[in-house]
Amino acid sequence: MNLSLLILVPLLTAVAVLLGNGLKQIRAIAFIGSLVQLGLAANLLYVFLQSKGAGNTAPMLFEYNASWFAPLHINYHVGVDGISIAMILLTSLIVVAGILVSWSMEKLSKEYFFLLVLLSMGAYGFFISLDLFTLFFFLEIAVIPKFLLIGIWGSGNKTNSAMKLALMLMAGSALVFVGLMGIFYNTHTFDIMEIAKMQIPLQVQLFFFPFAFLGFGIFAALFPFHTWVPDGHASAPTAASMFLAGISMKLGGYGCLRVATYLMPEAAHSYSWIIILLATIAIIYGAFATMMQTDLKYINAYSSISHCGFVILGIGMLTKTSINGAVIQMVSHGLMTALFFAAIGMIYSRTHTRMVAQLGGLLKVMPFIATTFVIAGLCSLGLPGFSGFVAEMTVFMGSWQNADGMYRLATIISAASIVVTAVYILRATGKSIMGPIHQEHEVLLDATWNEKLAAILLITGIVIIGMAPFLITNLIGPSTDNLMLQIGKAITLK
Amino acid sequence: MMINNFFILLRQELLISAIIFILLFIKLGKDRSNESILHVINLLLCLNFAAGFIPMLEGELFNSMFATSKLVVLEKNILNLTIWIISMQSYAWLKTHQHVIEFYILLLTSLLGMFFLISSGNLLMFYLGLEMSTIPLAAAANFDLTKRQSSEAAFKLIISSAFSSSLLLLGISFIYGSTSTLIFSEIPMHLIYSPLQIFAFILLVSGFAFKISAVPFHLWTADVYEGAPVAVTAFLSVVSKAAVLFTFTALLYKVFTPMASIWYAILILLSLATILIGNLFALRQDNLKRFLAFSSIAQLGFILIGISGSSQQGFSSLVYFIIIYVFSNLAAFGVISLVSAVTGKENMNDFKGFYKNNPILSWVLTIALFSLAGVPPTAGFFGKLFLLMAGAANGNYWIIAFAALNMVISFYYYLKVVKAIFMDENEAPMQTIAIPTYPKVAMLICVAGIILTSFVTFIYDYIQSLSISL
Repeated sequence: MNLSLLILVPLLTAVAVLLGNGLKQIRAIAFIGSLVQLGLAANLLYVFLQSKGAGNTAPMLFEYNASWFAPLHINYHVGVDGISIAMILLTSLIVVAGILVSWSMEKLSKEYFFLLVLLSMGAYGFFISLDLFTLFFFLEIAVIPKFLLIGIWGSGNKTNSAMKLALMLMAGSALVFVGLMGIFYNTHTFDIMEIAKMQIPLQVQLFFFPFAFLGFGIFAALFPFHTWVPDGHASAPTAASMFLAGISMKLGGYGCLRVATYLMPEAAHSYSWIIILLATIAIIYGAFATMMQTDLKYINAYSSISHCGFVILGIGMLTKTSINGAVIQMVSHGLMTALFFAAIGMIYSRTHTRMVAQLGGLLKVMPFIATTFVIAGLCSLGLPGFSGFVAEMTVFMGSWQNADGMYRLATIISAASIVVTAVYILRATGKSIMGPIHQEHEVLLDATWNEKLAAILLITGIVIIGMAPFLITNLIGPSTDNLMLQIGKAITLK
Repeated sequence: MMINNFFILLRQELLISAIIFILLFIKLGKDRSNESILHVINLLLCLNFAAGFIPMLEGELFNSMFATSKLVVLEKNILNLTIWIISMQSYAWLKTHQHVIEFYILLLTSLLGMFFLISSGNLLMFYLGLEMSTIPLAAAANFDLTKRQSSEAAFKLIISSAFSSSLLLLGISFIYGSTSTLIFSEIPMHLIYSPLQIFAFILLVSGFAFKISAVPFHLWTADVYEGAPVAVTAFLSVVSKAAVLFTFTALLYKVFTPMASIWYAILILLSLATILIGNLFALRQDNLKRFLAFSSIAQLGFILIGISGSSQQGFSSLVYFIIIYVFSNLAAFGVISLVSAVTGKENMNDFKGFYKNNPILSWVLTIALFSLAGVPPTAGFFGKLFLLMAGAANGNYWIIAFAALNMVISFYYYLKVVKAIFMDENEAPMQTIAIPTYPKVAMLICVAGIILTSFVTFIYDYIQSLSISL
């Protein structure tokens, strides 16, 4: 399959959105575009599995390499493995859902859908890039739409949140850029697959790994650079929150894995105790900070910090199972948090409040939305049958395999955070969904067809992973093996 | 044969002179409306730009005082394009101005001086070109005839240029005294690191730093930019800076080669100070012209980092960045110039809620600012990163880290303008501003340039194939 289609379709959709007229036409264009993209992603999965089934063991499939700036060794090089396909599927699902929940965006609808599609294009390009410069290009493309989406269509203290988010992410990409320069001038190529074959000297790795890892870590809400997350998510319009938590934070996790850890494994090994320390702090701090929140969006945003900590933890532990778990957690958290934000958005658009104290008994008037909310909550606290359980279990099992005593302690502490998660999720759900209903809320209506469709799409993803985890482990397993070949070699060398 | 060569090698200079003469004749004839004059001028400038692409002989003239090469022709073409865009952008302002022809004569004379500057192969020709390009600009800076600020700007410009010229001149005479030659190709042979030569070199660099307003020689910039008419500000910040940078870099790479270690240290110091100070001052500006002045100072710091790479890549990243900078900066100036000509407003606060009535102008300004900030997919992203890449080739990763983090600071002030345009509430947002055809064409060229330059890959390849290295 030609991977460039994954960039081309959003690009054409964006252009078509600009040419469209009126909300109805524009949302139809955006919706069709995102459906085509979902179809492409499904097709990609199909041909990938077929090719793997036929015994193709190449680390990257469907590669395409064209020179972009030849004198600077910058190529447009794309290719996918199981991990990137998982991320692409996640992205396309969230984009469809995001467009569905923005169905009645009256304010500047053309600009709104244009930016949403542009943001998704950045994410697709990022996940398929095998050239560091191209990857960086797409990483930064995804920043500006977020700034505008939050600043123009957001709520609350929106301009400050937008500015904070944009500047912190830009600082992240500045660090990433320094890391890339270091890699480039020590290998004279931007090609990820080429670099992986080379041995970057340990001194160089030790110097540049922190730049790359911290840079991507800012995107992934790594403690203590997580501060853009709560404000950004809370101020963003619903679809932007979904994109932000569901897609954008995954760019960071994927970058930490594919660029920082994969290309500089020795340094990753040397620094793993710092990574794990930060991840553990994020998990615990995120969980306890969530306990104190009264705004539904803040609850989800802080819990995202905690959940993304698992991704970083899994990567930092450097075992095959833990990295598998990190990838599954990225997908699972993406779907779950997007569902959560969608449900919160639906509740907010009806009740005009997100305060837990001002809500109650919503199950009576809007059973569908309330159920969606509960499912997202249960997935978040890791109930078996949903994807959250699979992901967290895999991370913990993988982390336990790392036999270092302190690392096991970190694993135990992290695992204990699930109890805290259960407390805040059950409390928020109980107070807002159950209990007596507020009088003025009695007349509210349940979800419309588009909102139902969005929720069902995301729930399907969550349940499939939860019920049949072998599907995703089979998809990403061989690719993780490939990564581990590189990482394992580095660890045994030491 | 000699005569033929003369015409062919000097073709770009002769074309500009011809346009100046045509303008003089128009002035001699009967009074015509400004609009018809502007039609003629814009057409001439367009033809002039197009003619620059005709490939022809390159070589030297006047005992190698004057030299052209494919690279020099390309650089002059960039300037030709720039002046054409500036001319179209100033349409709204010049339409009602009483001295249109004089304005163009001044601007074109200055451009002619820059052409000689770029082509110079001798320090005398170099100085001649530099003076010829500066003095008319001071007069042009005074062209907002009713504004006192404008004459103040002109005065500041002429004083500071005179000062920098005297530094240059002193440097040149010391060079001549210690090497007994003024010819570029002969100077390197006589450079022996003597204290006098080093002192002369530092004088030369200071003179240059004045012209390109590198910190600590930047103090005149903001006042002049603010006071001068927008067209002149655009000219100063793009054309004259580009011309001087081309020459400066060529001098460093070709003539002062033996002193590479000295100018490398100087460049790094200048660039660090320039980026930081430019950024910090840009943070606090409210007038958009002043704001662009300081932001262009910061941009210059990035350029100096690229030049310090002292490789073919360093030079090509400079030329590439200048092309992109032309598009981005002129797009921004185009919008500001139009708004200022119609409403007289130039402050950031006036732009609050600008998007409501002027969506097209808002997007043009936003895209331009994003390109200046270095955000993909605009070309500014590539321009800036290539400069940093060229600088990193020397292994100065801390400087690259410093510059990259400074990009974040610059990001803040560019986003502040975007925020004012799109997000801030304003009870009385600016009225709808009609865009005349010429500015529209100019903006279209700029925006197309910003979006497409990086995706038309042969541009960079071509520049790289021409570039010189240490």
